[in-house]
Amino acid sequence: MSESTLVLGQLFNGISVASILLLAALGLALSFGLMRVINMAHGEMVMVGGYLSYMSIQAFGQGPGFFVGLVVAFICTALFGALMEATLIRRLYGRPLDTLLATWGVSLILQQAARSIFGPTGVEVTAPAWLSGSLALGGTALTGFAVPAVRLFIIVLAALVLGGMTLILSKTKLGLLVRAVHQNRAMAEALGANTRLVDLAVFSLGTGIAGLAGAALALMAPVTPTVGQSYIVYAFLVVIVGGLGSLTGTLFAALLVGIFSAVTQIFTSVSVADVLLLVSVIVFLQFRPRGIVFARSRALEET
Amino acid sequence: MWNKRIAYGLALIVLAAAPLYLAPYELSLLGRFLALAILALGISLIWGTAGMLSLGQGVFFALGGYALAMHLKLANADAGALPDFMQWSGLDKLPWWWEPFRSPVFAVAGVFILPGIVAALLAFLVFRRRVSGAYFAIITQALALAAATFVISQQQFTGGFNGLTGFGSVFGFSLTDQHTQLALYWITLGALALAYLATRLLLDSRFGTILLAIRDGENRVRFLGYNPLPFKVIAFAFAGVLAGLSGALVTLDLGVISPAMFGVVPSIEMVIWVAVGGRASLIGAVLGTLLVNFGKDWISSAFPDLWLYAMGAAFILVVTLAPTGIVGLAQRWRSIPMLRRPTPPALVE
Repeated sequence: MSESTLVLGQLFNGISVASILLLAALGLALSFGLMRVINMAHGEMVMVGGYLSYMSIQAFGQGPGFFVGLVVAFICTALFGALMEATLIRRLYGRPLDTLLATWGVSLILQQAARSIFGPTGVEVTAPAWLSGSLALGGTALTGFAVPAVRLFIIVLAALVLGGMTLILSKTKLGLLVRAVHQNRAMAEALGANTRLVDLAVFSLGTGIAGLAGAALALMAPVTPTVGQSYIVYAFLVVIVGGLGSLTGTLFAALLVGIFSAVTQIFTSVSVADVLLLVSVIVFLQFRPRGIVFARSRALEET
Repeated sequence: MWNKRIAYGLALIVLAAAPLYLAPYELSLLGRFLALAILALGISLIWGTAGMLSLGQGVFFALGGYALAMHLKLANADAGALPDFMQWSGLDKLPWWWEPFRSPVFAVAGVFILPGIVAALLAFLVFRRRVSGAYFAIITQALALAAATFVISQQQFTGGFNGLTGFGSVFGFSLTDQHTQLALYWITLGALALAYLATRLLLDSRFGTILLAIRDGENRVRFLGYNPLPFKVIAFAFAGVLAGLSGALVTLDLGVISPAMFGVVPSIEMVIWVAVGGRASLIGAVLGTLLVNFGKDWISSAFPDLWLYAMGAAFILVVTLAPTGIVGLAQRWRSIPMLRRPTPPALVE
């Protein structure tokens, strides 16, 4: 393998990692931006999505089971998110650090439940035939550079979800309400928007997307009780770098973080890349403490 | 006020006499949990009083623990030989940054100075640009993650996943000797008492008042002409030093320091000790640490699978039902005078 294919390969890996991070971070960025809620159990939604995908492939066979899994994962995690919002998060409104601790409790319980039900080692999901190959780009300068179909699928999925979210936010009634609450919660409420319902919808949509990400991710790596933990910290870094509640910011931040880790891994080990990533985020905050995209505000105290 | 002092004095005497009425196993548990309580005092200071939630206190704990453990590894290696794990990984020369830890003075000073410097630097860089609240919590969590993966990956230098262990003796005293264990217990208790006093003095001074003001309205403090930055940096560094001391004592107690003791999960567990006890109360931090850790020891030996459920439930219940912890509950009942605090802790962030 030549030098350029190695770099290109890592670049492609970076983009595919970025699309996973994007799927995981979208819900976080939305609920953090809108409600100032830090959902530490978000990673466990990824895990639940993975197990649901595994179960539906067991139940319906590989071809249809995979698609059923995507749908089931989205719906179930969205419902779980709604339940969490209505019973727990709602009580902690205005105390972001407390939502962090309480949702961490939820995540511990979900992890232990997964361990009790599926065992600690994790389950494998085999990709359907049409996703298990890879696309080779022969004949050009890129000979020997093969693109795994699964990774391509995840990139397409992330692009579709991002497009869908953009459409929802800019074209629908719900999107209008979300933008209104985001800009000025008190005023939106005064004008008759049911902010509680908006919060519920946004939170549950975010967890649903995380579940969808988990169902897709199951194709690439075994689903374990701690799979969510391994993504959540990076997803949060994406939210910090991207800025609050902005889809564009989140997209760029996910690309930055994903490609940064993949490219630094060419020169160093995974663990050194982790340290470099953290250092770079802290350096980045020296220049843009509020992320790539942020809303200007004249509020005195912001949390 | 005097009631309270007498109560604390009595508690100290009861604890100091613990070797008379506790079995060696329980005594070693108590000693370890008292050492952890030193770290909890720091969390109570930065989170309960100053409003900075750190999910990475384990990193400072580890800095203190490793500083001492490195010295012990060097002191207990055969003359001229490398520590055992370095030989196993095929290293033939001691890394340069291990060299100064040969000196016991440097190692003991490092227990305090290393975590203090790292904590101050992190706090300065982050708070300088007014990044705070949840952002800060997430950055400290990323720090815990990066530190743990880094230490695990550099096995030939750090002992990797197994950490540093097999010390043998400390400054000439055998660690397995009963008298050393006993002395270690009293040293731990003394360190906790001193750490409590120092934190108490800090809180009762003007410094503590300004920290409280920063928690409740950082911009308002700015309007009054104060720069919150040095206050936050000093408080965070102080908590880092306490965590380092705690790490060194626990390393001696357990005879091991490893990434399993300071990564993301143990670091956030430290926060729940303080939350259970009462985040804005120092005595609450100590009580919470003892309660949660004895609870963990009991539950995880009797019903191993239940521990994470219990822990998850503790997080949820404390935050939703008793955000001021057991001290807050006790205050509400007003029946236990020694637990009363002059100003009720506010919760608004």
